[in-house]
Amino acid sequence: MAAIESSVIVGTAGAGRRRPGHLSDRLKGPALGLLLPVLAAVGWELAVRLGWSTGRLVPPPSVIWETFVQLARGGALQPHATATLARVAIGFGAGVAAGTLVGAATGYSRFLSRLLDPTLQALRAIPSIAWVPLFILWLGIFEASKVTLIAVGVFFPVYLGVMGAVASVDRRIVEVGRVFRLSGPQMVRRILLPAVLPSYVIALRSGLGLGWMFVVAAEFMGASQGLGYLLIDGQQLGKPAQIVTAIVAFAILGKITDWLIVAAARPFLSWEDRFAGQGAR
Amino acid sequence: MLVLDRVGKTYPNGVHALEGVSLSVSPGEIVAVVGGSGCGKSTMLRAIAGLDAPGRGCVALDGTPIAAPHERIGIIFQEPRLLPWLTVAGNVAFGIGHLPRADRDARGAAALARVGLAEKANAWPRELSGGQAQRVAIARALVPQPEVLLLDEPFSALDAFTRADLQDHLLALWADTRPTLVLVTHDVDEAIVLADRILIMRPRPGRLFEEIAAGLARPRDRRSDAFDAVRRQVLDALDRSLDRAAVAAI
Repeated sequence: MAAIESSVIVGTAGAGRRRPGHLSDRLKGPALGLLLPVLAAVGWELAVRLGWSTGRLVPPPSVIWETFVQLARGGALQPHATATLARVAIGFGAGVAAGTLVGAATGYSRFLSRLLDPTLQALRAIPSIAWVPLFILWLGIFEASKVTLIAVGVFFPVYLGVMGAVASVDRRIVEVGRVFRLSGPQMVRRILLPAVLPSYVIALRSGLGLGWMFVVAAEFMGASQGLGYLLIDGQQLGKPAQIVTAIVAFAILGKITDWLIVAAARPFLSWEDRFAGQGAR
Repeated sequence: MLVLDRVGKTYPNGVHALEGVSLSVSPGEIVAVVGGSGCGKSTMLRAIAGLDAPGRGCVALDGTPIAAPHERIGIIFQEPRLLPWLTVAGNVAFGIGHLPRADRDARGAAALARVGLAEKANAWPRELSGGQAQRVAIARALVPQPEVLLLDEPFSALDAFTRADLQDHLLALWADTRPTLVLVTHDVDEAIVLADRILIMRPRPGRLFEEIAAGLARPRDRRSDAFDAVRRQVLDALDRSLDRAAVAAI
């Protein structure tokens, strides 16, 4: 009861939904976030230009940009980025599908939870990279082993998030569904799905983060294409600018895909009674 | 006719919540159940709602045994329990999801207007005050037009002014279709304002202890002498139900 009450009170006090965002607020958000990276980049560029550092091991932004343009114009960057994106997409898709199904089942049924969860928790305790030798033995050194590793990495955060979210849906809200005699599928669609959506988005985002992490590990273990390959190649040929270029590409792709999840979920979450935006402004 | 026949309930943890509760409520009657905390009144209401099956005895509505939630029985809980991801209008129409959209919208809007919140149709539950949220919950319970409406301490979380306001409002709504109301409360005044009959329960195990007919004309004046007399009667019975010596009249 306390939760519902307090949310009601916060709601009336904030009444934030229809308040138009001030223009200055909208500009301030992204601008503020860019301040640190831009300062660091300008500072380092100046340090190299003024001869305080050779910039050989840590190339300045201008050199990185040059390498980036060179790689992109030579048509080398796109296939690498596409290969990595494809691996993440397939691995993430498989990991999310499995994590969602198993997580929902164990969150819903105590029996399945007691049957499956101990085993899954034990498997989760194994560092996923430790599977690499086995996956290569079982699945070969090509795509299958890479995608599997990514899927395993994505599976666990999604599984944990979905299980926790389903198991902690407010019993009193579920009772409302029972009073109105919802069938099993109706209960899932009209009560459980919307109730777990906020946690699900967070689970997807942490799963995606791990997906990007494991694609690098996967590409380290022998790939002829991909941003991870560019990293290894840059190390072996002593080209730090290429390494940083690949890292920047990872950062951009990771941020964009994460934003895609947030943007896709936003229309369904406008009801949320959130602290952020009201308290943290 | 709502009938409880020797209803008893013992929870798995051994708590003997209810024993031998027999009760008949006529259509359109308003019955209030009062008693100290832990006297089994909520357990009884949940048994009538079909949410928790009673262990012994049976609940029947017009001869149909109630073992699961039933379309002719609605319930309003202590908290509004609105679904935060639906607008106010979506919440009100939640229980009639099987109807065509036009019907749903029309009946939902009518119910919302009846509780005086038509202008809040597109608001989110978080934007409502406690009293408004409970009015939405009342509208949601009334939309399927139940013959029996159960209320589990519905106004206990509200301030005194809002509470009195909603009690009057509930009576006005009741007068529209005259459903049977079974109200559980620990507020003696609320029981006397609303009910035709007041049942006093006694704890460990919960059973019916005494029945008092309010016998007051409506609308009831909370400050009248007749109201005071009934209040004294109920308080005396409550004291006796708890084996306390009757406290001298207020």
